[in-house]
Amino acid sequence: MKGFKYLRNVTTLKMDSGKCINCSKCIEVCPHHVFALNGDKVTIINLDSCMECGACAKNCPAAALHVDSGVGCAAGLITEWLRDHRLLAKVECC
Amino acid sequence: MPRISADLTFADRLGSWRVRWGIGRMNYIVPPGLYAVGRPNSDSPVLVTANYKKSYDSVRSVLAERDCWILVLETYGINVWCAAGKGTFGTEELIRRIGASELTKVVSHRQLVLPVLGAAGVAAHKVKKETGFNIRYAAIRAKDIPQYLDSGMRTAPAMREITFTTWERVVLIPMEFVEALKPTAIAAALLFFITAMLQDRNAGFLAVCGYVGAVAAGAAGTPLLLPWLPGRSFAFKGVLTGSIWSIIFYMLAGGSGWSRFMALAAFMILPAVSAFYALNFTGCTPFTSRSGVKKEMKVALPAMACALLAGIAIAITGMAI
Ligand code: SF4
Ligand code: SF4
Repeated sequence: MKGFKYLRNVTTLKMDSGKCINCSKCIEVCPHHVFALNGDKVTIINLDSCMECGACAKNCPAAALHVDSGVGCAAGLITEWLRDHRLLAKVECC
Repeated sequence: MPRISADLTFADRLGSWRVRWGIGRMNYIVPPGLYAVGRPNSDSPVLVTANYKKSYDSVRSVLAERDCWILVLETYGINVWCAAGKGTFGTEELIRRIGASELTKVVSHRQLVLPVLGAAGVAAHKVKKETGFNIRYAAIRAKDIPQYLDSGMRTAPAMREITFTTWERVVLIPMEFVEALKPTAIAAALLFFITAMLQDRNAGFLAVCGYVGAVAAGAAGTPLLLPWLPGRSFAFKGVLTGSIWSIIFYMLAGGSGWSRFMALAAFMILPAVSAFYALNFTGCTPFTSRSGVKKEMKVALPAMACALLAGIAIAITGMAI
């Protein structure tokens, strides 16, 4: 994504190349061009652009991708933290 | 089968303006189900969208002169992107809606066209297994749908690259304001009474102006100036817009006449307030990650709290002596 960069080395995206069947579905769904076809192998070329939306992991038919996706705004994370520590009952966001 | 028009009326546009400001947002929904645009037949493409009226409008408005089916999912009036994150624009709902609308009897092909940003909620291989329908993630923006359909359902790389233009950021600001309204009103009222009590009403009014300006600098200034503010951290960007506001406020409100304590307190508190609202904007951007925001918060929240408390202590000391 041109002109916008977020923190480096934070994404939880993991790829298990052993499981990958190189179907290219992750390339199709990722809005940040994190994956690319290298010869006949799909690889991660842009790890730091990942926004952890979870689309690739959700659509990977071989379960080769894992990412911790979810609420990404400060207010939402605070509410989540409060709920996890049993200080609040329900979570509303977005 | 409801037949719908591809033209947006004045009422549609007025409605979309109201939704941006959060007025009657929850009532602004389309009943889920299958809709016909033009005169579609059993070979016509099926486009899937959310029942948030703006999502649905953006799809049907680009389909003028075309014959298509639109399958609207129940996302409780939430747009595709947020609904996919929540899972309402999701695998189960899609499978359920395909069944309820008897889509297999309406079309002879087995293909569905989905927005790329819906992929976070839908597992294409599971839908295929349950219903036989192949999912094609077409494009991020509805305006690219015609090109997609005309090019034999091919997605050009730019159609699946996300953008965050100035206009795309501007339309998010009203909701930021609406969400900030209540806490800001409470904080401003408190600030006014305390300052008015310790000093006088003028000082109270001034403090409220400074605070509200800092909220605006964070919630509107940061999104607007986003690509031009240096650094990667949103909290840092917020400190910058907050500092710019502090300087403007200092000059407008006759800061040279303030005590040194007051000036110092203002320059500590206002940027911290802006930083919080800037950090909160990460929830609306299409490029920040949850882990990144978590990491920022670990450093930024304690820093903001310290700046805030120190600023308040300095202000009170200043008023007392
Ligand atoms: S979707 Fe999964 S299996 Fe397919 S290329 Fe990507 S990682 Fe490999
Ligand atoms: S989580 Fe989203 S942004 Fe990250 S690689 Fe997967 S699809 Fe791309």
